[in-house]
Amino acid sequence: MGEDAESPKINHTFLRDYVTEADVISTVEFNQTGDLLATGDKGGRVVIFQRETEVYSGEYNVYSTFQSHEPDFDYLKSLEIEEKINKIRWLPQQNAAHFLLSTNDKTIKLWKVSERDKRPEGYNLKDEEGRIKDVSTITSLQVPILKPTDLMVEVRPRRVFANGHTYHVNSISVNSDGETYLSADDLRINMWHLGITDRSFNIVDIKPANMEDLTEVITAAEFHPHHCHLFVYSSSKGSLRLCDMRASALCDKHAKLYEEPEDPGSRSFFSEIISSVSDVKFSHSGRYMLTRDYLTAKVWDLHMDKGPVETYQVHEYLRSKLCSLYENDCIFDKFECVWNSSDSVIMTGAYNSFFRMFDRETGRGVTLEAWRESSKPRAVLRTRRVYTGGKRRRGDVGVDSLDFTKKILHMAWHPAENIIAIAATNNLYIFQDRVNPDAQTQ
Amino acid sequence: MEVGAEAKRIMVVALGKLYSSRTQRGGLRLHRSLLLTLVMKSARDMYHAAAQEEEEEYNGVVPRCDPAQVDSNNTTSTSTTTTQTVEPSLEQVSDSFTQPEPMEQTFTHGQTQQSRKRRGKISAVPDFLPLKKAKLDCPTQLVVLVDYVTCSDLGAAPSPIPVPMAIAAC
Repeated sequence: MGEDAESPKINHTFLRDYVTEADVISTVEFNQTGDLLATGDKGGRVVIFQRETEVYSGEYNVYSTFQSHEPDFDYLKSLEIEEKINKIRWLPQQNAAHFLLSTNDKTIKLWKVSERDKRPEGYNLKDEEGRIKDVSTITSLQVPILKPTDLMVEVRPRRVFANGHTYHVNSISVNSDGETYLSADDLRINMWHLGITDRSFNIVDIKPANMEDLTEVITAAEFHPHHCHLFVYSSSKGSLRLCDMRASALCDKHAKLYEEPEDPGSRSFFSEIISSVSDVKFSHSGRYMLTRDYLTAKVWDLHMDKGPVETYQVHEYLRSKLCSLYENDCIFDKFECVWNSSDSVIMTGAYNSFFRMFDRETGRGVTLEAWRESSKPRAVLRTRRVYTGGKRRRGDVGVDSLDFTKKILHMAWHPAENIIAIAATNNLYIFQDRVNPDAQTQ
Repeated sequence: MEVGAEAKRIMVVALGKLYSSRTQRGGLRLHRSLLLTLVMKSARDMYHAAAQEEEEEYNGVVPRCDPAQVDSNNTTSTSTTTTQTVEPSLEQVSDSFTQPEPMEQTFTHGQTQQSRKRRGKISAVPDFLPLKKAKLDCPTQLVVLVDYVTCSDLGAAPSPIPVPMAIAAC
């Protein structure tokens, strides 16, 4: 993507600007140590990156690639099932192998990622190519020995959790108990045991008896990071529901409902669309929740259900453009949001390859750009600004110049360090904090 | 009527999107369909409110003629049935909705008195909503659909939908 200024003779831009739909990254996730980073794309592939361990502030290199999901077909409903990977979640590591869950709209799969750096050699009955030897030629007995070989990363499917969802799966979340996980679709949330594929427990069901009475859907769900009995789910109406699985088998009745009363002054045609929560994440401490709706990111205190404790305007300048954004479908974009390791900074994406970070202590926000042409590798990211009035500075971008096809929807923050992974369409950007581990930006 | 025109435009866009989502890969997206339906209902209520308001203004000038309440009620219910595919119930939408100007009456009751002249304009089924009967020649509807496509000033415009297909959707 982008123009190449160094080849004026042959114009390849039309080729470069063409992005294969299948290469669009649809999810990004670090594992619990941050050494591995997984991305899923619309073509159903998963790419795992591994951090170099020998070097301080090592870079991430491709570790393994595999096809997780294939396009499928529901014969009963005559519907295609997309192979796009909606979410990836890593399991906590228990042995040398790594496990991750990946899901498309309907099926969740558990993958085992393991390394092999030795192979047996010197078989008694097989030759070097693996062909069975003619028995009459064997005159001695030899026992195979393990010899070091080039590192091979093997990825094998260990479980397939199918047929659990009628609607489209939007979230998966591994429980802190290490044994179970939840998967959520538009109307239901199921709880699975990692070892059992033919059965799951339905823990939330908001499907009305008459579908014409439908007023809200589930948009995201997550288990609490420490309490294995608690989980939260967000709705298209902008509310959050905290559920306690100890209360009853079916958690339709929430333990706590988090809702902000609507501001009647800001009511418009699109109020329902922009209040729909696209992502919810617990803080590492487990005390707060972070939500993202179309124009804002909000921090909620678990102890206070009357409203968020902090609200951050991500791109308020779009409020007057909602009609156009509705026409070109951008208003339906689902942005993710993430916490940093110490829960002091939150980050979320925007348009024009911009993403925003907010320092919770100062309340200040900064805009950064994930765009190859404006930053060389190892250069310090400079902050950007969208011009919304007042004195215009050099480098400011006007609202009407924003490229709405360049959206930053998916991102991840390293669990311990200031390293972020940003997915920009088919490119993955990894930014590291070099100067000062406490400062998140220049 | 600026508000009415905007509401009409939004409704047409919503219908177009709902229709095209049926053929998209991966099946009908419930969340998106729900949001579109909510927008459409918002816009429809706004449109009716604007139309009612205009009606009231007009009645203030012209002496009232035959009450045509029954017709107007039928109109409202016809519009409801044509867009029923993924519709939630009516009540919740009107509740928190802020009217452009304070309105005493609710929509289901309609106008108690209407002039004969106004009837033709308001009580007929709005021309931009698809009818149940297949219509081959609808230049009016085609204009409305294409109009907002060219007016869109951000990003890619949705592809124009052939009129007979849009009607068949409902």
